[in-house]
Amino acid sequence: MKKFQGRVVTPGKACAEALVSKGGLNTLASFQKPLQFGDKTAKCGDQNNPDLYGKPMAGKALCIPQTIGSTTGGMVLYCACAMKRNPACILFSKPIDSLAAAGAVLADVWVDGVSMPVVDSLGDEFLDYVKDGMKITVGEDGVVEVE
Amino acid sequence: MAMILNEEQQAILDGARGETMAKVMKTLVMYGEAFGAEKLVPVTSEYNHLVTSFGLGVIEPVYELMEKLIEAGAVSSQKFSMDPRPLDKNVPQNLLQKLVFKKFMYNKQDFYEGQLEKLGLMDKDAFTCTCYMDEVGNKPKFGDVLSWAESSAVVYANSVIGARCNRNSGIIDLMGSIVGCVPYFGLLTDEGRRASWIVRVETTKKPEAQLLGSAIGMKVMEDVPYVEGLDKWLGTELSDSACTYLKDFGAATASNGAVGLYHIDNLTPEAKLQGKELIREDAKVYVIDDEELARVQREYPIVWKNPDASPKLCFVGCPHMSLRQLIDWTENLEKAFSENGRKKVTVPTVFTAAPGVLEKFNATEYAEKLKSFGVITSYICPLMYMNNPMCAKMPVITSSNKLRTYTTAKYYRDEEILSIITGGERK
Repeated sequence: MKKFQGRVVTPGKACAEALVSKGGLNTLASFQKPLQFGDKTAKCGDQNNPDLYGKPMAGKALCIPQTIGSTTGGMVLYCACAMKRNPACILFSKPIDSLAAAGAVLADVWVDGVSMPVVDSLGDEFLDYVKDGMKITVGEDGVVEVE
Repeated sequence: MAMILNEEQQAILDGARGETMAKVMKTLVMYGEAFGAEKLVPVTSEYNHLVTSFGLGVIEPVYELMEKLIEAGAVSSQKFSMDPRPLDKNVPQNLLQKLVFKKFMYNKQDFYEGQLEKLGLMDKDAFTCTCYMDEVGNKPKFGDVLSWAESSAVVYANSVIGARCNRNSGIIDLMGSIVGCVPYFGLLTDEGRRASWIVRVETTKKPEAQLLGSAIGMKVMEDVPYVEGLDKWLGTELSDSACTYLKDFGAATASNGAVGLYHIDNLTPEAKLQGKELIREDAKVYVIDDEELARVQREYPIVWKNPDASPKLCFVGCPHMSLRQLIDWTENLEKAFSENGRKKVTVPTVFTAAPGVLEKFNATEYAEKLKSFGVITSYICPLMYMNNPMCAKMPVITSSNKLRTYTTAKYYRDEEILSIITGGERK
């Protein structure tokens, strides 16, 4: 087991399987298809992301460097949370970008009954270490345990 | 770090103007705190501009949120323009596409536009990504603080106009306008506007705007570049043609990377005022010559199933075209046809521009000419048109590097597009 200390963007606890992308998450490209076609597992629709494409994102500990793409990204992430097709948590190796921060905050403030803790600045070592399927535990203090 | 609010902001956060307004304020405070913002500053532009213009049936939670805002009277303190509409019956579509667009994908468009009117839409035709065009009328002043989100408009406003705006997300743009303030961080600060890259343009001819922007975006990502050597090709005044060039250049930097501000030596307002003082001491250097631009274009992934397929549609105008561009393209088409003896485009072609720009263009002698060439003009958002499985399979060509980035459209330089649509060789 290894522990990583990050910074809490939106608080909460989570325990989930890791789903890892070495490249940035294109939020619109990843979530548009599952939201549009009623896929409750939220299989990633971004063909340009070989790490995530076709894999279910709902309920996973999504481990990424940052998000990329359209500035509708925050709104899309908010919709994924409101429709309960969101990851269990999102863990960023880098400082969070403005689009992901918007999505995380919108979900935290405006969606009742959904918790999606977001932690950033976990470092490059975190993303090097974590692999798909590893068990991830996120604490309120931004400590991320990877087993 | 906790943000320090003034009395009025704190009162809103504490619920003095109701629960919904308190949540809007909380959203902005949390958003700012994620970036270490210590305060909120007033939005000073006359108008706002919002990015989420499409009534996709699937984003029901957005409409529910808008309804909450309207019911609570938490509407925009500024009137606003919107990104382009996703539908236009003038743009070629088969029966199935027509059905899917109207009845399935964008079935909430009319409902959503009704909500936008209640929230503060400028007017029914204020739908374009180039709201800063004179013909549209949402042009901020130098130093204005904005709450915009459309990436191509943000980079233009920051760079060409000298306004101040972060690369916000949809919905955050509206919320800044509702409470009238935005968190002070990033591109709002003097320090955040300094360049961490020096880009030296050393090409032997005027570089293609969309290709140069792409190369710079992919290299510097979210950083601020200071571009040297481009004034040789664009001049030192922000003429119509220079602004048009910078519109396309900036959109490519913003979509191929995440650039929110660039400075052009001797041309853009802050570069003219502060010059090389804008460059950080530890700035990295990126040299762009003819070969570098050729390499960038060569390395774009081939996304068509059949790379040799004949194009079925051509889009020019992402971001929307300026009046100058519409006229220049008409003249270039006329010249090409007079040389090859043809009269009409050989690929269905759509030129997109703001409704206000199209209205002005339609009053010129060029409009009939362009129509006679078979070119369709539209206010549509090509990106929204392409962003579905049916269109994704179509072989579409474009001179937009933004459209190339987000869809399966294949990029060609302007002169290549001109050659293809006038029946010349495809390179």
